[in-house]
Amino acid sequence: MFHWLEKRPFFFAVGVFVVIAFAGLVEILPNFAQQSQPTVGTKPYSTLELTGRHVYIKNSCNACHSQLIRPFKSETDRYGSYSKSGEYAYDRPFLWGSKRTGPDLMRVGNYRTTDWHENHMMDPIGTVPGSVMPSYPWMFTNLADVDTAYAEQLTIKSVFKVPYSMGDEKILIPMEDGTSETVEIATTLAGANAAALEEAKLIVADMKNQDVKDMVAAGKIPEIVALIAYLNSLK
Amino acid sequence: MENRPLEYDYTVAKMFMLTTIVLGIVGMLVGVILAFELAFPSLNTVLGSGVAEYTNFSRLRPLHTDAVIFGFTLSGVFATWYYVGQRVLKVSMAESKFLMAVGKIHFYLYIVGVAAVVVSLLMGITTSKEYAEFEWPIDIAIVIVWVLWGVSIFGLIGIRREKALYISVWYYIATFLGIAMLYLFNNMEVPTYFFADGAGQAGIGAWYHSVSMYAGTNDALVQWWYGHNAVAFGFTVPIVAMSYYFLPKESGQAIYSYKLSLLSFWSLMFVYLWAGGHHLLFSTVPDWMQTMGSVFSIVLILPSWGSAINMLLTMKGEWKQVAESPLIKFMILASTFYMFSTLEGPIQAIKSVNAIAHFTDWIVGHVHDGVLGWVAFMIMASLFHMAPRVFKKEIYSKSLMNTQFWIQTLGVILYFTSMWIAGITQGMMWRAHDAFGNLTYSFVDTVAALHPYFFIRGVGGALYLIGFLMFAYNIYKTWTVGRQVEERELTNATPMAA
Repeated sequence: MFHWLEKRPFFFAVGVFVVIAFAGLVEILPNFAQQSQPTVGTKPYSTLELTGRHVYIKNSCNACHSQLIRPFKSETDRYGSYSKSGEYAYDRPFLWGSKRTGPDLMRVGNYRTTDWHENHMMDPIGTVPGSVMPSYPWMFTNLADVDTAYAEQLTIKSVFKVPYSMGDEKILIPMEDGTSETVEIATTLAGANAAALEEAKLIVADMKNQDVKDMVAAGKIPEIVALIAYLNSLK
Repeated sequence: MENRPLEYDYTVAKMFMLTTIVLGIVGMLVGVILAFELAFPSLNTVLGSGVAEYTNFSRLRPLHTDAVIFGFTLSGVFATWYYVGQRVLKVSMAESKFLMAVGKIHFYLYIVGVAAVVVSLLMGITTSKEYAEFEWPIDIAIVIVWVLWGVSIFGLIGIRREKALYISVWYYIATFLGIAMLYLFNNMEVPTYFFADGAGQAGIGAWYHSVSMYAGTNDALVQWWYGHNAVAFGFTVPIVAMSYYFLPKESGQAIYSYKLSLLSFWSLMFVYLWAGGHHLLFSTVPDWMQTMGSVFSIVLILPSWGSAINMLLTMKGEWKQVAESPLIKFMILASTFYMFSTLEGPIQAIKSVNAIAHFTDWIVGHVHDGVLGWVAFMIMASLFHMAPRVFKKEIYSKSLMNTQFWIQTLGVILYFTSMWIAGITQGMMWRAHDAFGNLTYSFVDTVAALHPYFFIRGVGGALYLIGFLMFAYNIYKTWTVGRQVEERELTNATPMAA
């Protein structure tokens, strides 16, 4: 049979393809039949948080930081409760990472504050002596791209039915304490920018850098503010 | 015409040889910079704080992996295909104007793609998925490049004189099909610029931005099905193709066992795809998939060692060649590192070992003993074998080859031993508890402990890079000032000047 195949490239290629596609069919298809179901209390990202998530991706933070807490005592002691599948239901893409040059960040919002991040992103080694993390001063001057985050929100709402409330349409998201909440997105681009700016004002209230404060007061959002909004949302 | 030997046309092979060398230097240089940035963080701003954004570890890291995978390795795969393909199919590229044009377009579009990748990664335009960082416009270009390569493969097969496909061709076909399937499925994404129509307002934000079709755990599953098998079909399958052609050619020995090559090929195809789950042990993907990933990783030892043993036994009775020829040395050490790396990988895929190894530098060490020891050694050996035949010149310096071999071998050894120690040290420190059940070490304690190993790794990488520069110099000199050789000198052992 193999000698026969070796003289017939077409059937050879078909044979190879069937053999290599087999595992994918068995492993991946069943998992896709059931969409990722969010756990109770998991909300989609707000406009500013998603903007910050893009800053996180732009700078490949995931090259050194994982977002996956494995079910070991040493990990839950260090980082908090182990990860559940449904907590990632709104993560497109997933950001588990594959290397912990720095610590896991899955629940960093539980134990770090806005001003800690502000100091740390500007001077990591001064904040944590012995760290090998570089500093990210450009995030304090580069402007965040709210437009793209808003475009992504509109896309995932219409294509993947992510439960964003918009205009008169209210979609309730169940919370752990039995109540429910909504995550609003604006109906226009100008509205999205205004909403992100309101979120940014809450963040800079806890920051010290005067240039950043001035920029937000002038209606501009530096990347660092968006990033901190995202990191604070990781719980 | 029928009575004289074929004149093979190596135009396209030569072009890809050039990019193999250039992108190899780029990828390895960036790697060395990254290694020293971890050892000495102040190097992150070595060119001043104004451009720190572009010299920073996190921006450069995907550039290193992609330059080595899609730049150096893939160029090597293409270069060897455009050389080996003609010879084993007994047909010249010059016989078909169409295939020659396809080959050239393939090359130039590949260059455009490489340039786009470098610029976009430096700007931070990335999807964040490892080895699939490119946004959708570049993905489309990559698919076109890949289809052109497919046309080239099957076109050449279509006009072949030798009816039976040689073992190497099996592996090239598998590389083409495997990467095509994996790349397409992992890069399913929705461009937000065109789909943001929730309120009838498309055309918002960055035009190149996209969002993954898959979310969370599903996304991770597809990504590592891809990520692991990109290693399989980029770093294993085509490299095995090279070893099945170049080792018998260079040594003048027939492949030890045809049956073993059959068994290894088909079982490698079947088993490899299951093993991706070992990247997701103790994560939130279903338990049975994790177990399958673990089990099939162990099974994977068989086909991997099948090929490697077939290589080593091909040298049976001719081991003196290993002592005499630096080119055979490269190939035999590559096969040995292949055995070593394909044993190490399955060990790391055992759940209890993975609990310590995952997220640590031991994984980084594993990748590099595979890529530096196996992939790059085999590619360099292939190019050393090709250069005299492509340029009709003698290798410029055998002693330089020998020096390069030992410098790079030392580099690899320093690299993986330091990363083993670093990885296991950190893995054990993360999980250490004191007598009261509290964590013994803060995270930064476990980072500080790695400093000496980061430094040794940097030295190992730098040695490897120096060796690679010697390789580049040797090939360049072969091309420019090597002694002209006759066709009859090129049958088996490559001619080398002292």
